[in-house]
Amino acid sequence: MFGRDEKPSQIRLTAVQYIILVIFLVLAYGLWRLQVSQSDYYQAAAEQNRIRNVPILAPRGRIVDRNGRIIVDNYRSVTAMLLRDSSRDLMVDADAIASGLHMDPKEVKEKIRRFAYTPQYQPIYLKEDITPDEEAFIEAHRTELPELDTIMAYRRLYPLKGFMAHVIGYVGEVSEGMLNQPRFELYNPGDIVGQSGVELEYNDLLMGKNGSRQVLVDSHGREVGKPLEEKPAEAGKQLKLTIDIDLQIAAEEALGDKNGAIVAMDPHTGEILAMVSRPTFDPNDFAVHITNKDWNKLVNDPDKPLLNKAIQAQLAPGSTFKIIMSVAGWQENIAQTMTVHCNGGQEFYGRRFGCWVKSGHGEVDLTKAIYQSCDVFFYNLANKLGIERVAKYATMFGLGQKTGVDLPQEVSGVVPSEEWKLRNFRQKWFAGETISVGIGQGALAVTPVQLTRAIAAISMDGRMVTPHVADPTGLPSNYLEVNHYDQVNSIPVDPNGYTIITDAMSRVLLPEGTAPSAHIPGIDIAGKTGSAQVVSLATRAKHANDEDLAQNGWFVGFTPRRNPDVVVGILFQGGEHGRLAARVATQVIKAYVDKQRRQPTGLANEKPASNGKAEIGAIWTSPDKDGDGEKLEMGHLAVALPKKPLPLALAAPGMR
Amino acid sequence: MARYVSFKDFDWALVGFVLIICTLGVFEIHSATVHTKFAGAHIKQVYWILGGLAGMLIMSLLNYHMLLEKVHWMYIGAVASLMTVLIFGQKYLGARRWVKLPGGIHFQPSEWVKLILILAVAKYFAEQHHKDLTWSDFVKAGAIVGVPMLMVLAQPDLGTALTYIPIAVMGLFLGGLHWKQAAVVLLLAGLAMPLAWHHLKPYQKDRLVSFMEPDADAKGSGYQVKQSLIAVGSGGLFGSSEESQTRLSFLPVPQTDFIFAAFSEGHGFVGAMGVLLLYFIVLMRLTQNAQTAPDRAGTFLVMGVVAVLTFHILVNVGMVLGFMPVTGIPLPLMSYGGSSVLFMFLALGMVMNVRMRRFVN
Repeated sequence: MFGRDEKPSQIRLTAVQYIILVIFLVLAYGLWRLQVSQSDYYQAAAEQNRIRNVPILAPRGRIVDRNGRIIVDNYRSVTAMLLRDSSRDLMVDADAIASGLHMDPKEVKEKIRRFAYTPQYQPIYLKEDITPDEEAFIEAHRTELPELDTIMAYRRLYPLKGFMAHVIGYVGEVSEGMLNQPRFELYNPGDIVGQSGVELEYNDLLMGKNGSRQVLVDSHGREVGKPLEEKPAEAGKQLKLTIDIDLQIAAEEALGDKNGAIVAMDPHTGEILAMVSRPTFDPNDFAVHITNKDWNKLVNDPDKPLLNKAIQAQLAPGSTFKIIMSVAGWQENIAQTMTVHCNGGQEFYGRRFGCWVKSGHGEVDLTKAIYQSCDVFFYNLANKLGIERVAKYATMFGLGQKTGVDLPQEVSGVVPSEEWKLRNFRQKWFAGETISVGIGQGALAVTPVQLTRAIAAISMDGRMVTPHVADPTGLPSNYLEVNHYDQVNSIPVDPNGYTIITDAMSRVLLPEGTAPSAHIPGIDIAGKTGSAQVVSLATRAKHANDEDLAQNGWFVGFTPRRNPDVVVGILFQGGEHGRLAARVATQVIKAYVDKQRRQPTGLANEKPASNGKAEIGAIWTSPDKDGDGEKLEMGHLAVALPKKPLPLALAAPGMR
Repeated sequence: MARYVSFKDFDWALVGFVLIICTLGVFEIHSATVHTKFAGAHIKQVYWILGGLAGMLIMSLLNYHMLLEKVHWMYIGAVASLMTVLIFGQKYLGARRWVKLPGGIHFQPSEWVKLILILAVAKYFAEQHHKDLTWSDFVKAGAIVGVPMLMVLAQPDLGTALTYIPIAVMGLFLGGLHWKQAAVVLLLAGLAMPLAWHHLKPYQKDRLVSFMEPDADAKGSGYQVKQSLIAVGSGGLFGSSEESQTRLSFLPVPQTDFIFAAFSEGHGFVGAMGVLLLYFIVLMRLTQNAQTAPDRAGTFLVMGVVAVLTFHILVNVGMVLGFMPVTGIPLPLMSYGGSSVLFMFLALGMVMNVRMRRFVN
């Protein structure tokens, strides 16, 4: 017996039992509510927890040259990241992580600290483009450092040192401004799209379609088991360019560090075989993530490395314009019989216009005016034609308008006329201005690709093509509708004038011409030099040592003289004289001809023989037995096969 | 006073139901930890249960009157051990709750204090002199429970401190609490609330806020509540075959505080109701034992156990179902953990002790 005898009230004990019953009923109601009434909602929530859609990034299409050699490829880029599992102290692991990833421990800790207040489910990206041994470190330490993980993406691999950078362009994350354009409306924020060059122009073709994968993830966002569902990515399609890597290499080397641009084109088809612009930039800088510093440097550089000068530089063509003047003069029946006496200059409308040869050229006809580049002859021709007829022929040969080349942001240049001056300056045209236009100065402005196409059209007897860098065969119809790759404009040119003008152009590189030093023995090159003032001669005299004010050199040439295979146009900024430009251009032409001559002939390919000889059928004459006549014979001959051609480039520089 | 004590009077049915609950707990601990760093915890749990059964046997053999006579020494020991924890305790996750004993055992005295409080409160009300509860009883019973409670709060361990309250409440209620007295106390408690809020730790406030508004900070403090609700809800009527909340570790500590959520996900409404029913049977069986106790002290002792057990179930299952804030109170008999298992079996041992002496006199 302990304490009082009297027991506690039985009613109260029963009351406790009822209270317990009520508590259990409430709990049972709670279970019912969650597991029966709202079960669907929570099952969906559980699914949302554990199932995640992971995008599978589609690699962009490769870019190859006209022979299928690789210019732009992709590479597998792995980024190391930290998943923030709340149960691990990242700071403690920071040293181990830093040593495995070859990073500064301070940098790792700094990143962890900086991202401490961002939502926990967002990983911290530690290092981009990690090496295979760093990737192996992460794989090997899955259990010790579970927070360390990787993410894979395809990145663009561009040729080295800005090779062909302006034609290729670069890629970057789609900007908000781009997403508002109808062209990009189907893209999503974060998509990597082309930003310039063919990467932009052919983005729809090159860009693949991302796939997705449904995976099971745990509470740390780590994938568990096999994917539940997989929609594979569609890789981007390959883009075949008309560029010839061998010629592109030759053009890049020929221009070297000089400012300017080169365009090499097949005048029959408009296929651009090489296109170079200087200074250049390295598109690989954009492939990972361009820093603000690098970007500002590119944008603020006075030489504008991001500009593709082949299609975006508008400058006075100088004496190269005299070829168009010659055609105009011939077609208008003025140049045929015209001769002038050049004594170093002539006065027009009260002002003296000098010839570049101050002592004068003496008696000059059209042919001599072309190969000697006599200014006085063309002053007179321009004066006789008048600005309207000059403008008509310049426009006919595609100046003052876009060529329609399949590259973004081409500019149109300027062909001045009475109407043009009235519209832009609300002023009347002065006849004196026509004189300057006659030698490619004044308000006239052309791009290298325009000038190359115009001279190509003249070399082809008036057949003017549309320049393009992509091979149109196999392109989707939306490109064929926008870019008129095969469009040809036939300009009626008198064949006699054409013969005389191209013959005169072929003498430019002979001793009597303006660029004899650019002559290449054994190659028939016709062309025209030009040098154009950047500022007036008076201003130039004041700043004699300022390189920015030096004259621009031009040259457009083709080979052979009749029915040419290739036309090369070059702008050499600050080159002072067209003959220096001509030397660069003829190097490119030489590379083209050399390659043609090294190509294995059909004969050798037909019957490969192991002894280095091939049998051919032949007809020949041999002396009669008596020795006083010849007899026709036929039979088989064994000829030695040509030696193996020198190795050509296998791919663009820096490509595997 | 010679007494006739026999194991025939041992409550085998009660032990049977308790062991069914324990077995379900062991299986759930196994399936919740099998692929985690806690794998193998269910084996340890089995050892704790076996140890608990042995403790229960020993406890049932000691005469509870002897325990009640010595309770003031035990009480002094309890306060001293809590003081030791406050001074020498191991700090873990910001609180001092354990002392490290030689042999690497972590000893958490606040669990044993519960047992001593049940005894102390039972003794106080058994010797109560008035039929009705006086204010002086109120203050004295309040002090018996309040002193150790404040010490546990200082660790700080709000959850365990709260489990002491039902011992006092049960004593007062059975001791003849008048409804007017209850009203006054509730009013005072209500007025003290804002003051108490002021003294809560920031994480405790977070837990209360996230309990009221689980979506407010879904990845932070409301995360546990939200994941628990998803686990229970996705169990449906018969349980989820995926059990993804538990297996993919969305559910926090599924082997201890959230074991009921893990069980509900795997076995659905039917399974969870089965477990609730088992607990209900155990509680009803205990109150029946209280009714048949040989004396006033025995009744108070058994009802003290009922109060603690009911409170644990209410707070733990309530937390899992989103009715209660996250307090870190385990589900007795199912949750993994030695202290909790041993406490429950020793408490049951005291109940057996009372029952086996019911036919005396």
